[in-house]
Amino acid sequence: MKRRNRWMWLGLVPFAFMVLAFQLAPILSMVTGSFSKIDGFGFTMDHYVKIFNSAYYLKAIKNSLLIAAYSSIVAIIVGLACAYSITRFTPSVRDRLLMISNMTSNFAGVPLAFAYIILLGNNGVFTLLFKQWGWNVFSGFDLYSWTGLVLVYVYFQVPLALLLLYPSFYGIREQWKEAAALLGARPWQFWRTVGLPMLTPSIFGTLGILFANAMGAYATAYALVGGNFNLLAIRIGSLVAGDVVNQPEVGSALAVILAVSTLLAVFLNHQMTKRSQRFTGTYAPKSNSSKERSLRARARAKEEAG
Amino acid sequence: MNMKPKVGWTHRSLLFLLMLYLLLPLVATGLYALATNWQTTILPESWTLNWFKDMFQDLRFLEALWTSFYLCLISVALSLVIMLPAVFVITVYLPKLESFMKGLVVLPYAVPGVVAAVGLIRTYSSGPIDIAGTAYILIGAYFVVVLPYMYQGIRNSLLTVSAVELLNAAEMLGAKRARAFVTIILPNIWPGVIISTLLSFSVLFGEFVVTNMLVGGHIHTIQVYLYQRVSESGHLASAIAISYFIFIMILSTILMRLGRKMNGGTQG
Repeated sequence: MKRRNRWMWLGLVPFAFMVLAFQLAPILSMVTGSFSKIDGFGFTMDHYVKIFNSAYYLKAIKNSLLIAAYSSIVAIIVGLACAYSITRFTPSVRDRLLMISNMTSNFAGVPLAFAYIILLGNNGVFTLLFKQWGWNVFSGFDLYSWTGLVLVYVYFQVPLALLLLYPSFYGIREQWKEAAALLGARPWQFWRTVGLPMLTPSIFGTLGILFANAMGAYATAYALVGGNFNLLAIRIGSLVAGDVVNQPEVGSALAVILAVSTLLAVFLNHQMTKRSQRFTGTYAPKSNSSKERSLRARARAKEEAG
Repeated sequence: MNMKPKVGWTHRSLLFLLMLYLLLPLVATGLYALATNWQTTILPESWTLNWFKDMFQDLRFLEALWTSFYLCLISVALSLVIMLPAVFVITVYLPKLESFMKGLVVLPYAVPGVVAAVGLIRTYSSGPIDIAGTAYILIGAYFVVVLPYMYQGIRNSLLTVSAVELLNAAEMLGAKRARAFVTIILPNIWPGVIISTLLSFSVLFGEFVVTNMLVGGHIHTIQVYLYQRVSESGHLASAIAISYFIFIMILSTILMRLGRKMNGGTQG
């Protein structure tokens, strides 16, 4: 048995090496970097103090938090309504709808920003059309501003919200609705007292994933407004790899702040998933088919691309 | 749900709006790639395939395509070679490590690309190992990006084919462990492994953040190239974006087919 064990460990060595070298060491280096002095090894909180005393960086953090919150909440609302609607269709239509939603989620990052520039940019098709038709309602709209960014963020958040929320609607059984109706509940009463409480854990869990997704999104905003818009992810990018004078230590500190926020959001998701499993685990049909799994995996893929 | 659900108009129109919202940017990019000129009309005035022709005559595009292709291929192959034995050993012999692995695998999800890039740049841009801006650092970073997909995919396949029982049976019949792995486990988990490999490939193909931050100035993958072209010619960039999208679509269709086939296989 001993001899065999040695053979076993050999299989783990390259894996351990890669994970150490490219995952753990960089994170460690970033965290220590954010606490160490410039040109030195001493411990300091200076970079964090600097960030929290700088209106510029605080604004970036605030902007990121706000855009993440806005886009996640809008996506959750749209996702909830649409996920419920989807469950009303026949299975074949349902599958097709989910497939389209899933498909569009491949369209993230640079190509997405580009599509929006074509549609609504300064010389965008719709921008020019609306101008020609004299629709002044849209004349105040600017793709490269806050509202434009929220619009684009919502676009890549909605399919993710749909994908994550949709399965939880299957935890709510038709019989419960019938039972509630027999006991005299109106539909809205059912949703208020039974439906929504059942969905709450998965709503908050999804919110966590969406929030983390938007906080970490870089490609879309970068391709849309370049380094001009003051977002946390963009600031980090330009501090570490940008054309401006590099300030890697401050960049590291900002990156640590960003990582803490997304880790918290993912942790929220984790807790909520546990809770919702306690709720629905015994009732919900097991969704372990490989198709479902690949859908999930795609959902994750999207996060990366965003 | 025994009754056929009756779909009301609210649901229909809601989903119609959703589909319109989701498909509009895509369709617009497609139309723009096919239009000679498109301004102030709802549909383009005239059509052309010239942008696609230009695209394939553009040497920089072909180079970027090739760069993306071989970088993704090398990274996925490396990941496969490293992950297969590691996940096998962990799942079958060291289940105690699984909770640790779960944490490790969640990290690339929870830590955004920008943050990962910051750490990588810090670690490798100075000091003893100076590989900043080279393909090596990118391949390492890609390994971490696809880690979750590979781990989940291989682990799930191992569990679906009940690898432990298969191995025990093989050993009872006198097969050596290495031989059992190659002749029994590998062929059985192969379909699942191919799926996670393709998925990883498509994820890497669409990767922009880490690539641009680590090697954006030196190595031009398809995404980096697209980013550079966006400001130049709108029509050409649309053609590239749409081709990229079609390529990813084909890849995910294959993925889905394979997944369905495998699912049918394990159930039937």
